[in-house]
Amino acid sequence: MYKIEKLNELAKKVAEKRPENAVLEPRRMTAEEKDALLAEFHPDYKQDEFTVLSAGVNKGEKIPTQLADLLQGKSRVDVSKIDLSNPDYDTDVLIIGGGGAGSSCAIEADNVGARAMIVTKLRIGDANTMMAEGGIQAADKPNDSPLIHYIDAFGGGHFAAKPELVKKLVTDAPDAIQWLNKLGVEFDKEPDGTMITTHGGGTSRKRMHACKDYSGAEIMRTLRDEVINRGIPVVDFTSAIEIILDENGKASGAVLMNMETKEILVARAKTVVIATGGAGRLHYQGFPTSNHYGATADGLILGYRVGAKLLYADTLQYHPTGTGYPEQIFGALVTEKVRSLGAKLVNIDGEVFMHPLETRDVTAASIIRECTARDKGIETNLGKAVWLDTPMIEYKHGEGTIEKRIPAMLRMFGKYGIDIRKEPILVYPTLHYQNGGLEINDRCETGVENLYACGEVAGGIHGRNRLMGNSLLDVIVFGRNAGIYASEKAKNTDIPENLTLAHVEKFNRELAETGVASDVLSPMLLPKYARK
Amino acid sequence: MENMLDIYLFGKKYSVPSGLTIMTAMEYAGYELVRGCGCRNGFCGACATIYRIKGESQLHGCLACQTEIQENMYVATLPFFPLEKRVYNIEEIKPDQQIMMQLYPEIYSCIGCNACTKACTQELNVMQYIAYAQRGEYDKCAEESFDCVMCGVCSSRCPAEISHPQVAMLARRLNGKYIAPECGHLSERVGEIKEGIFDEKMAELMAKSVDSLQEIKDMYNSREIEK
Repeated sequence: MYKIEKLNELAKKVAEKRPENAVLEPRRMTAEEKDALLAEFHPDYKQDEFTVLSAGVNKGEKIPTQLADLLQGKSRVDVSKIDLSNPDYDTDVLIIGGGGAGSSCAIEADNVGARAMIVTKLRIGDANTMMAEGGIQAADKPNDSPLIHYIDAFGGGHFAAKPELVKKLVTDAPDAIQWLNKLGVEFDKEPDGTMITTHGGGTSRKRMHACKDYSGAEIMRTLRDEVINRGIPVVDFTSAIEIILDENGKASGAVLMNMETKEILVARAKTVVIATGGAGRLHYQGFPTSNHYGATADGLILGYRVGAKLLYADTLQYHPTGTGYPEQIFGALVTEKVRSLGAKLVNIDGEVFMHPLETRDVTAASIIRECTARDKGIETNLGKAVWLDTPMIEYKHGEGTIEKRIPAMLRMFGKYGIDIRKEPILVYPTLHYQNGGLEINDRCETGVENLYACGEVAGGIHGRNRLMGNSLLDVIVFGRNAGIYASEKAKNTDIPENLTLAHVEKFNRELAETGVASDVLSPMLLPKYARK
Repeated sequence: MENMLDIYLFGKKYSVPSGLTIMTAMEYAGYELVRGCGCRNGFCGACATIYRIKGESQLHGCLACQTEIQENMYVATLPFFPLEKRVYNIEEIKPDQQIMMQLYPEIYSCIGCNACTKACTQELNVMQYIAYAQRGEYDKCAEESFDCVMCGVCSSRCPAEISHPQVAMLARRLNGKYIAPECGHLSERVGEIKEGIFDEKMAELMAKSVDSLQEIKDMYNSREIEK
């Protein structure tokens, strides 16, 4: 039951219309309708929320204001005080970030015999990968193929992705699933071994593989266990705060900072992989976020300062179904799998106002329109929201389905007295994913020699919108890929000499000359939530 | 005026607005969290916490990010607990009862007190999954423990000094790799891709993605969607 009595009353309307809504097959929008909807209601199109960069390789391009402030912020490193000649760590492959991509990268580096080391500002596994609920795509069913997956992903990303990256993503997908399964990841299967798969928004085949609604957690904890079994060094509670170059401009390590003692350390490496994840904790446009505490765009800052280019950093994904109520879990993710299983989006009048499995950008824009221009949202103390009719899942598939398929959702709302089997829930878009990032090629190389990027920090794989289940896939496919290529390169690279941070000083000068130098320290490392 | 509650963070009293979680109450009190804060959504186990309501005997385990504060709550976070994780080569071990005896023999010292289950932040039947592990029933152990976030509160309460989350982790990996049925269509597709049967058509798609975008757009907008 809802603590606000009015919500219980409004929920009755949803229940009344459930039988007719359940059999409804809402029309999908045309390409033109989608374009018009996005232009009017998607947050990416709000011009006054963006700033044009004055410095660096993407100078002249527009970027979310909060990100621009950090990209043009002040380095945490006082170059004159750092001794680079006597490194605290020496390794072949330095992996910055201990999420799904960083861990996959480390395992593959270990497989080819390179010495890899992970540095992570919190613990290994403290990452958005851990929180991915719904699933991971791979075209492994007889009615599907990597070609169909390609069209879904490329089209869903508005035809803007780099074809070589989409090819890599979809072609390596089945192997990624098999690799995980052989590490012991428990995918949902039928008794004969057939994968239980569902749709995601914008998929044309049911290719969403899942581990209940703990898909990312199951993958992440298995990867973490494997990294520890292999004895790969993990330096935790240690953030990278600048990339170090050698005299020829090749990435050669990083300046590190102990998050607790603030001690500064130097790591030297033959190749460096940035796998720092996303940026939800920047709360673009004031949105709540479904992201991890550490999702503060650090890797974009590190890369940008050494001259790695950003691609599509102006496109963010607002997940259509963040929790709209209650306040304790406001903005938390309600997995798309809820809609994959048949729950529909309903307005205050009990009407289904769209097809529930349009792509995420379209769905988010449609919910925003319902709550603004059409004024059909449900008002709470936290703002407006729409219903997601979860009881429809069991109405269609029978009792017990919710506990079996989405136990995390049942638990999350249950703690606040809301039984999602019996009551619909309130949802509103939440900041979920950065579609772009550091531009890579299909070997995960950035434009800076010996600097690699993989996972959410990388850009170009998803174009301007990512489909559900292509991110868990991306962290595994490109994480492994980065591990292989960064190790190969390390084998043919001598121990770097004459390490330098001159690029930091140069960037500082550029900021000063263009008049945008500020005192905003970056990378941010952690959001500031403490009340002053 | 907001309704304020008195809570005790590590014994010190703070007055905070009702409706907050333990985590946001700590932040309201002025804590800048580094330890004991992770996904903030109940999946990572970083914010394991023990609390007791003043005047009551019962101790509760919870996740700080998922638990609403109560009046007179005494809170101690458990940002790290030394779980014992034994290392192994997943390719070399077998899913027999022997492996658990070798790696985690302490599970056979369980005295059946059920303190682990009472403390579980996910309301799992922890003692039951340890019993399954003792018997080598890894599929059942995997299922029973599946929602574990490895926060370690169970182990902090265990008189037999068992590292329950690590036992369950091993059981799940054994089940996922060796016991659960193999997936035929997955192996077939991996084989087809290695043979290169999609290569030619993929090259065409990629070329069209650059040279004739309208054709790709038409393909996308008219594609058949599985019911």
